[in-house]
Amino acid sequence: MSIEIRNVTKRFGSFTAVDYVSLAVDTGSLTALLGPSGSGKSTLLRIVAGLETPDGGEVILSGEDATGLAPQKRNVGFVFQHYAAFKHMTVRDNVAFGLKIRKRPRQQIQARVDELLQLVGLQAFADRYPAQLSGGQRQRMALARALAPEPRVLLLDEPFGALDARVRAELRDWLRRLHEDVHVTTVFVTHDQEEAMELADRVAVLNQGRLEQVGATVELYDEPATEFVMRFVGDAHVLGGTLVRPHDIELRHLQGEGSVEVEVERITVLGADARVDLVDGNGSRLVARLRRDELDELDLERGEILWAQPGRERVFD
Amino acid sequence: MRRHLLRFVALVYLVAILLAPLAMVFWRTFEHGLAPVWAALSDPETLHAFRVTLLVTVIAVPLNTVFGIVAGLAIVRRRFPGKGLLNAFIDLPLALSPVVVGLALFLLYGRNGWFGGLSNHGIQVLFAWPGVVLAVVFVSLPFVAREVIPTLRELGDEQEQAAQTLGASAWQTFRRITLPSIRWAVVYGVVLTTARCLGEYGAVAIVSGRIVGQTETATLRVDDSYQNFDLTGAYAISLVLAVIAVAVLIAMTLTKPKEQSV
Amino acid sequence: MLPDSSVAAAWRPGARSDTGGRTGTALSLGVVSTYLTVVVVLPIAALVWESQRNGAHTFWQVVSSPEAVAALRLTLAVAVAVSLLNAVLGTVTAWVLVRDEFPGKALVNSVIDLPFALPTIVAGLTLIALYGPQSPVGVNVAFTRTAIGLALCFVTLPFVVRTVQPVLQELDREMEEAARSLGAGEVTVFRRIVLPNIFPGILSGVALAFARAVGEIGAVVLISGNLPYRTEVSSVFVMNRIESGDSAGAAAVAVVLLGISFALLLAIGGLRFLVTRHERA
Repeated sequence: MSIEIRNVTKRFGSFTAVDYVSLAVDTGSLTALLGPSGSGKSTLLRIVAGLETPDGGEVILSGEDATGLAPQKRNVGFVFQHYAAFKHMTVRDNVAFGLKIRKRPRQQIQARVDELLQLVGLQAFADRYPAQLSGGQRQRMALARALAPEPRVLLLDEPFGALDARVRAELRDWLRRLHEDVHVTTVFVTHDQEEAMELADRVAVLNQGRLEQVGATVELYDEPATEFVMRFVGDAHVLGGTLVRPHDIELRHLQGEGSVEVEVERITVLGADARVDLVDGNGSRLVARLRRDELDELDLERGEILWAQPGRERVFD
Repeated sequence: MRRHLLRFVALVYLVAILLAPLAMVFWRTFEHGLAPVWAALSDPETLHAFRVTLLVTVIAVPLNTVFGIVAGLAIVRRRFPGKGLLNAFIDLPLALSPVVVGLALFLLYGRNGWFGGLSNHGIQVLFAWPGVVLAVVFVSLPFVAREVIPTLRELGDEQEQAAQTLGASAWQTFRRITLPSIRWAVVYGVVLTTARCLGEYGAVAIVSGRIVGQTETATLRVDDSYQNFDLTGAYAISLVLAVIAVAVLIAMTLTKPKEQSV
Repeated sequence: MLPDSSVAAAWRPGARSDTGGRTGTALSLGVVSTYLTVVVVLPIAALVWESQRNGAHTFWQVVSSPEAVAALRLTLAVAVAVSLLNAVLGTVTAWVLVRDEFPGKALVNSVIDLPFALPTIVAGLTLIALYGPQSPVGVNVAFTRTAIGLALCFVTLPFVVRTVQPVLQELDREMEEAARSLGAGEVTVFRRIVLPNIFPGILSGVALAFARAVGEIGAVVLISGNLPYRTEVSSVFVMNRIESGDSAGAAAVAVVLLGISFALLLAIGGLRFLVTRHERA
């Protein structure tokens, strides 16, 4: 199912959470809504689900205007950051819930639930209660539950935010593989740019309710449309008045046009790459990343003074 | 639509059962003007009834407050067998009919009771104020304990342990750390205990003998006045008790522990 | 006034270690036990003793006498009716207090506690003023069973409200949103998600209300008229027996009421155990 968000606005009192956002999501894609806290990404997701109603604009699902439609009728699967597990039901009953509502025959429900529990690796926990599961297991159950009634779109609100780093990494991989198997249109919200870059086909960057840029991850990194995107997606440093990526900082022993005097603070070798911490004349710190052979060629020492210049100029309006 | 219906049902129920009757007291009392009310309230026997109520309350509340704090600390911070039984007995007054309480005391301290011998030594329990005190102490026993216990549990004993490592003795720890942190729970419990003492009827009716001018409490006097067709008297005393009740309600609202507020 | 804050809730197997040493424990335990024994245990023991002093046969005779049975029947019937009414209206009230917003809500919330603050005899007097012979609204139910029901509604009103309120407050709203996203309509959301989670709270409130209703005296004594076989409840029956000097008879029925109280306390404790079963890993 395709999603089209057209000029959607949402206010809470005097605070504008979503400011005239338009976005199109292709069927079967995996899209990330990326942004810092308060950027409106969760609100936007909830508007798509029907859990919030927009003050302006439309939400079009598979070509039909769903803006006024109740969440019950949208057939969207929603996964919450804190799982929203039905704590008074077993794992099996949780997953079966959407199917029981639709009054499917018991055999069918049984089969589908078993299929999904198998998919998420929770067959052994079918008769346990959510309180007896770990955070990661609860989230997998929540995913199975959302997928059970075969939704047309899967929406995830910071799904791994409440989990520890290792579990987060595991579930990230797992979600990617799941999407490759199941192929349902998926949109997820995150504030972690690494997560967005790793998982998504396309990333929409939001800031203070506005859509800054949407595109493939490579696009956002190489061709950021605004200063915010450049800073938020990947590292960026100020060098001589422009923003520059660590990989784009060129270091020379001789002064060149537009180069800035810097002192080497620290050199760290990271396998095939190297990281050089520098400080400029104003005391501002920057980081340059070089290949090993480039580093060896320069033959640097701590405290050495050299010249840095941006290998690539970027201008934003 | 549904929300308005629910709101309507709840409010009608509350008005019909709670507020309208309460308003009646205020109305009926002053139906015949201020003078009869004043006369009723300055009646020496009525004044004595209030004194008895006040006396037993002033004795019972501190007793149950100390008990509640000590019992609460013991139950939450200490390990011993039989905690379940202790808990059950502390909770019992909440589930027990006041009439059963009154009868139990009546049997224990009566002429043929195990403590019946006390009257031979000049200690009159039944039909005297000590009996009334025992009755209200029984029925108002749980309140401070039930407020202190969850508060203590939630607080944990880390602060107390820290105080001990800094050299504080048990009493110092209690006075400077524990007591201040359970302060509002105790106050709330005291408000509930006081209300219960002031309002007790059934148990006191049995142990006091309802002796006018001696062991009759304010609540018993309301009943007595009503039975003797002195409606003005009954309403006047009720009014005073109702005003106190409203003050109690305000105190409850102000000191209520957070988890129980809306 | 909540079962959660009940003393019994503080006791858990493996509760925290003994802070303060053995003598401290012995001392405070000694004080607490002595106080409880003198105030509660001894009187109750005396009551139980008296009830069986003349043998089981006499006990049974009194308890099964027509008047006692009639009183107990009436007491239980009205208590059940009032408890069920409270289960519904108390839940509605709690819902309105937690989920709804309207001016004066804080005031309404405070007023709920009025039955805990007002002496029961005054409550009885006000009810008879409003719904008795001189009723300004033309409703006269004095000396009827309805009057007993009214009086018991007054004194038991706060129980279900106060046990359901905190549960409703703590309820994870996202569970309801999840149910909606899975296709459940509002009624289904209430039935399958909200209700199962607040049900233990409702039950605890009902048990407390029932215990209170069975034992109430002050509120019923004026408005019911205490007519034997018609509007005499067990608490009034016991009082009448005492006034007639029949302490054995009074004790017998009183012990039955005591038994009901104990059973209800056990039920409330058991309920709490059941509730936390889902939360134990």
